[in-house]
Amino acid sequence: MCGIAGLFGFRMQPEDLRVLLRQMIEAVGHRGPDGEGFHLDGPAGLAHARLSILDLAAGAQPMCNEDGTVWVTFNGEIFNYVELRDELLARGHRFRTQSDTEVIVHLYEDHGVDCARYLNGDFAFGIWDSRKQELALVRDRMGVRPLFYSHCGQGIAFGSEIKALLQVPGVAAEPDPIALDQIFTFWFPLTPRTPFKGIKELPPAHVLVANLAGDVRIRRYWTLSYPETNDDGFPRVGNPAALEEELYDLFCDATRIRLRSDVPVGAYLSGGFDSSVTTSAIKHMQVGRLRSFSVTFEAEEFDESAFQQEMVDALGTEHASVLCRGSDIAALFPRVIRHAERPVLRSAPAPMMMLSALVREQGFKVVLTGEGADEVFAGYDLFKEAKLRRFCARQPQSRMRPQLLRRLYPYLPALQGQSQRYLEAFFATGDSLDPLHSHMPRFRTTSGAKVFFSGDLKSALAGYDALDDLRSQLPAEFARWHPLSQAQYLETTYLLPSYILSSQGDRMAMANAVEGRFPFLDHRLVEFGARIPAKLRVRALEEKYILRRSLKGLLPDAIANRPKQPYRAPDGHSFVGPRAPGYVAEHLSDGAVNSAGYFEPKAVGRLLAKAQRSPQLGARDHMAFLGVLSTQMWHRQFVAAGGSADFTSSSQKLTQSQDFIDAVTVT
Amino acid sequence: MPSLSPEIVQSVRVFIAENFLFREDRDAIGDHESLIEANIIDSTGVLELVAFLEQEFGINVDDGEIVPENLDSIAAISGYVARKRAQEAA
Repeated sequence: MCGIAGLFGFRMQPEDLRVLLRQMIEAVGHRGPDGEGFHLDGPAGLAHARLSILDLAAGAQPMCNEDGTVWVTFNGEIFNYVELRDELLARGHRFRTQSDTEVIVHLYEDHGVDCARYLNGDFAFGIWDSRKQELALVRDRMGVRPLFYSHCGQGIAFGSEIKALLQVPGVAAEPDPIALDQIFTFWFPLTPRTPFKGIKELPPAHVLVANLAGDVRIRRYWTLSYPETNDDGFPRVGNPAALEEELYDLFCDATRIRLRSDVPVGAYLSGGFDSSVTTSAIKHMQVGRLRSFSVTFEAEEFDESAFQQEMVDALGTEHASVLCRGSDIAALFPRVIRHAERPVLRSAPAPMMMLSALVREQGFKVVLTGEGADEVFAGYDLFKEAKLRRFCARQPQSRMRPQLLRRLYPYLPALQGQSQRYLEAFFATGDSLDPLHSHMPRFRTTSGAKVFFSGDLKSALAGYDALDDLRSQLPAEFARWHPLSQAQYLETTYLLPSYILSSQGDRMAMANAVEGRFPFLDHRLVEFGARIPAKLRVRALEEKYILRRSLKGLLPDAIANRPKQPYRAPDGHSFVGPRAPGYVAEHLSDGAVNSAGYFEPKAVGRLLAKAQRSPQLGARDHMAFLGVLSTQMWHRQFVAAGGSADFTSSSQKLTQSQDFIDAVTVT
Repeated sequence: MPSLSPEIVQSVRVFIAENFLFREDRDAIGDHESLIEANIIDSTGVLELVAFLEQEFGINVDDGEIVPENLDSIAAISGYVARKRAQEAA
């Protein structure tokens, strides 16, 4: 795991190019504290900050092929590098190292950018092909590793994080109002958009190829797809027992190849099913001690330490945990925003940053986690909620059906206190033929936070509708998928890479130079999960049904049968009260809000007052509070040293950045 | 339908504006507009609203009365409060 950066097509003196590359890679130096490397060749410059995990002695980057015509700077891991290496050796390639990186350059020689199709792993890399005089950027299928780029007048700059790009002359941290509207709808901008105009994110499962004539081609090389079916039946009839067995084998293999490392590998153990089976699988495969790590909370409603201890005892791991207090979240939040590089409407990234700090402090660089199981095998409450909402909508006069909604959220007291009629009203949202039907309660609650938008921001948005934008991006076959598949597609293709794996994942782990590895996001398991009949993914209201059946042998019964507890962290209240950090009042003051320009100062003042006096804030108010505060912090850290967001000229600039997206060939 | 008491309507409108809408432009929400559909109130908000009504108007809101018919618009809330006051005075 590492940081990467590069420049292509910039007409600069080699010495200036080297200086700029050094600034770029140092901006992401936290990702790779173990070494730095550069390669300059004519119009191209690649840089690398290394976190050494495989072939510690010889794995330095950038790295090249046999004759030095193909160079790569690579962040991530190719888990099937052992098998690929054998095949490449058999085809006559010569290797100088034992690293996974070297596999990429040889595979590229044979297949060009299609090499991505052969890789099983989490990767983001830039390749300089001196024969074709082309730059290629490649990103893994699920979006585990980040990759940003900017097409500025002269050429293309790329990097693991936006910080690297902001070093490049001509790349400015200019806020994109549409991205803000998307964040206040979905929690993230829709790729390739980032919160900054002119800076793009290469979407997961895409490759970009640029030449010196200025052509930039972007192409998707893999896509998540579900069987076409409109009923609850078996789309491709499978024997459940055979499916369970196949799932078990795939999961074990996905875990096995993720243990490939020349440094010790630990495990996150949240106490839930997914991290518990992952930890258990590792324990079964490895001899000797296994270190596990977790975060605990003071508040009982969030804390899972009893479950963690149960697993630690059952598996015999050597466990370490870190206690996350509300005051820790508030204290860490400025650093969270610096690493997330965008406003966030949730506090959940902060405890993840504490957890990676613990891992690092204990001398570990690599952890396996259960991330992805809820998306791939339908574990989130949202999937059951959507199913129940459809169930209620089919018999609107039924008084019994809405009672089931109460059972969904035993951990949300405010919802438990509601009358049946209110439950119906809260969940009976929208048209069940809307492709976003499953997500409308979440999107609607989140969008409520836009009530704070300033007049200037609203007029810059000029009637833009983020929901319509998302609807227009969905694949044509989406409408023919089972509603559960539709909901999982939205969660896996959008929320997973753009929030869970990034704001809460990569950026929080790499802030402390820790690499996460996720067996459930092995693309073989992802493809397999999509083929499982919908009614075996969620049976009645039992989430992750087939996954639980398949893997339950890895766990003690008490843990295997426990209902899911979602990962949640204390929200708005960490930021108010007597122990509130001084920056809150400062960022939310009339002057600061007015000068930044995104929000209505008086409305923000009322929200702060409400947060200070109310023991309980609703979901919308929590998200609004964090969204407003984090936007103010993001603005201060990235956009302005005291300046204001300039929306007056933004419609013009908006069009230009849109033109750029349109000009790029997307196939 | 009996006409609504302007004092109650005004008091409810101010509470909703300051606690849920947060904005100055209080007329932005119509008397008969659904607070749920306008994305103004969520499950915690309903409980806040009930606490406000009990305190402000000295009424006791029964669990069975916490339903959208009574509470999902400024007009519905105002009508409900007037009925409750009349009942409790009787």
